Amino acid sequence: MSINPHPELPEFDYIRPASLAEASQFLAQHAGHARPLSGGTDIFVRMRDGIWHDQYLVDVKHLDGTNDLTFTPTGLTIGAGVNMNRIIASPEVQQHYPLLAQACRRVASYQLRTRATVVGNICNASPAGDSIGACIAFGGTLKVHGLNGFRDEPLQGFCLSPGKTRLQPGDIVTAVHLPPPPPGSAGTYLKLGRNTWGDLAIVGVTVLAAPDPTAASGYRFRILLASVAPIPLEAVAAQEALAATPLGEPAFKEAARLAAQACSPIDDVRGSARYRKAMVRKHTQLALLQTWQKLTR
Amino acid sequence: MATHRISLTVNGSTELLDVPSQMTLLQMLRDKLALTGTKNGCSAGECGACTVLLDGEPVNSCLVLAVECQGASVVTVEGLAKDGVLDPIQETIVDHGGVQCGFCTPGMLISSRALLDRNPDPSEDDIREALVGNLCRCTGYNRIVDAVQDSARRQAGKA
Repeated sequence: MSINPHPELPEFDYIRPASLAEASQFLAQHAGHARPLSGGTDIFVRMRDGIWHDQYLVDVKHLDGTNDLTFTPTGLTIGAGVNMNRIIASPEVQQHYPLLAQACRRVASYQLRTRATVVGNICNASPAGDSIGACIAFGGTLKVHGLNGFRDEPLQGFCLSPGKTRLQPGDIVTAVHLPPPPPGSAGTYLKLGRNTWGDLAIVGVTVLAAPDPTAASGYRFRILLASVAPIPLEAVAAQEALAATPLGEPAFKEAARLAAQACSPIDDVRGSARYRKAMVRKHTQLALLQTWQKLTR
Repeated sequence: MATHRISLTVNGSTELLDVPSQMTLLQMLRDKLALTGTKNGCSAGECGACTVLLDGEPVNSCLVLAVECQGASVVTVEGLAKDGVLDPIQETIVDHGGVQCGFCTPGMLISSRALLDRNPDPSEDDIREALVGNLCRCTGYNRIVDAVQDSARRQAGKA
């Protein structure tokens, strides 16, 4: 078997619609043969690898509002065309959503992040997506334009399986909206790759926590795990344990054990299932501790 | 197969080109404009040999369509030197011997130029993080990092 080290992109037609309505119409009419294009960092690789064979790529990153990054009292809205470097460099993101900036910074390399987008990361629905956990933890919703106009979709439950989402033919995610962060919140994203930087996650752990007087422990945690289940996995039992027990290293250790128990990783080229479970435990404990230090300093 | 007429600026010159939908910026630079300084390493956004500046920001040109560059300004390694005078980062990479086989060098230079444009005084960590997407299999990176640091120092001295 010979391997072509420089495969070219297969033939397709690039479509640049004039409006979101036109784009949705086109995508619905060519369902199964057309795909919305944003940064292309996943699409082109899959097309080159012969995994995707779309006849049309519909560029949606120049359409109404898709290139806007706005922060208002109601939260942060990240347009589908906003690249990750813009998010990392945004003073508002650094001040109010540092967890998101930290997660984006762990995606690939600077030049890839000039094209890569958070909305693309979400729609690609890879279990390894670095920025999805932060968006779920902040309670994100998606703004979707479909054949019947705009609607909101909660991010929770949006990813169904690797590469599969709730989107229907004609749907275009135009933005992800994050509500204001919980007062006093702190978060941590820890990623284990084969290299310190640049690789896909063997394990990714997102932790966001904030004071909450209704919790027995006084704090509410959210823990999202990447690369250890078919979808971004919320470690619910660990979260419940942390709401119920006095916080400190023993509680974090127990929560990390529960998080490792909840995940169902696979063996692949980046790591074995057994290794991943062990690393979820280690990194969850570390992420909880680091978050706790930020919360209580 | 659709072709698109695009106009863009490459290294300061205006170009009017007909490009098929699936042609990448990398193919357009190499095959249509004979700017072969930009290299094709992995075709997958991993190695950074194809890095060019698109509207001032570095991109993997293997992951950008030519048609997406309508109206854009592109700078390749051929556009770094001005009037026969090397860019400071080119000078220091020569001075420090940050080149062995040279295949990664054009992308390395572009990523380094972009780093120094957004951060004129980078730490060693900043430099290593900015060059994560540029793989070099010869030098072991140390001389390249030294060259970027020296370039920053020389620029500060001139300012």
